[in-house]
Amino acid sequence: MKITCEEASSICDKSQYKEAGWWEIFKLRLHLLYCKTCKKYSKKNSELTSLCDRAGLTVLTKEEKEKMKKDLEKNL
Amino acid sequence: MAKHQLHPENWVDQHADYLFNYAVGRVSDAEIAKDLVQETFMAGLNSSKNFKGDAAERTWLVSILKRKVIDHYRKINSKKGKAEVRMSYSSDTEAEGDWLEQQVADPFSKDGDNVMENEELGMAIQDCMSKLPEKQAMVFKMKTIQDMSTEDICNELGINPSNLWVMIHRARTALMGCLNENWF
Repeated sequence: MKITCEEASSICDKSQYKEAGWWEIFKLRLHLLYCKTCKKYSKKNSELTSLCDRAGLTVLTKEEKEKMKKDLEKNL
Repeated sequence: MAKHQLHPENWVDQHADYLFNYAVGRVSDAEIAKDLVQETFMAGLNSSKNFKGDAAERTWLVSILKRKVIDHYRKINSKKGKAEVRMSYSSDTEAEGDWLEQQVADPFSKDGDNVMENEELGMAIQDCMSKLPEKQAMVFKMKTIQDMSTEDICNELGINPSNLWVMIHRARTALMGCLNENWF
């Protein structure tokens, strides 16, 4: 049942993308009960997730970038 | 301080996403924003001899993009009268007879502030992401912004899931540190 801090942070990262299983989440919660360092990391990690959501970031797709590069190269 | 130099061959990789987000924030249309970024690169290329090296490459490109955004609004407003604000009585029967004053934006609304703050936040995150090693930034963007599945990213980049999670972890830790001062 007990997990290391390394495992805890890995589960915490996965849970930011909803890719942690319920059993993993349970083990993480248990770990957070007694580990202050991981608790702090976990809090900041979720904050980062909500900041990224709030910022409404967009990126160009790989294809769009390739096309831009080609157009730019023609003029180099 | 060393003079800055232009590296047009790296522009797309290093600045395209940043400029794109900047443009989307101002024109609210991804297609137009993309065109503006492309025009910015072209204009940058054409006037590269005017680059004195006083500003960083990105700052210089942003200043060109700003002009492009202004030009864009000029163009769509060029037909006479388009820039006017027109208000008519509501056609909605529910609101019939209401004062026009009731239709204007609520002066106490905080929406505008939020929009601006989120835009600033977006640029701050972009800035921090450009400080990450290239591959880490790429994996983080694919996962967080493009919402791609772990499997797809691994296939595309030829890495295994544990590599991916290590990179995500490093990227997230670095971003937390970078955003720390202003946003946490």
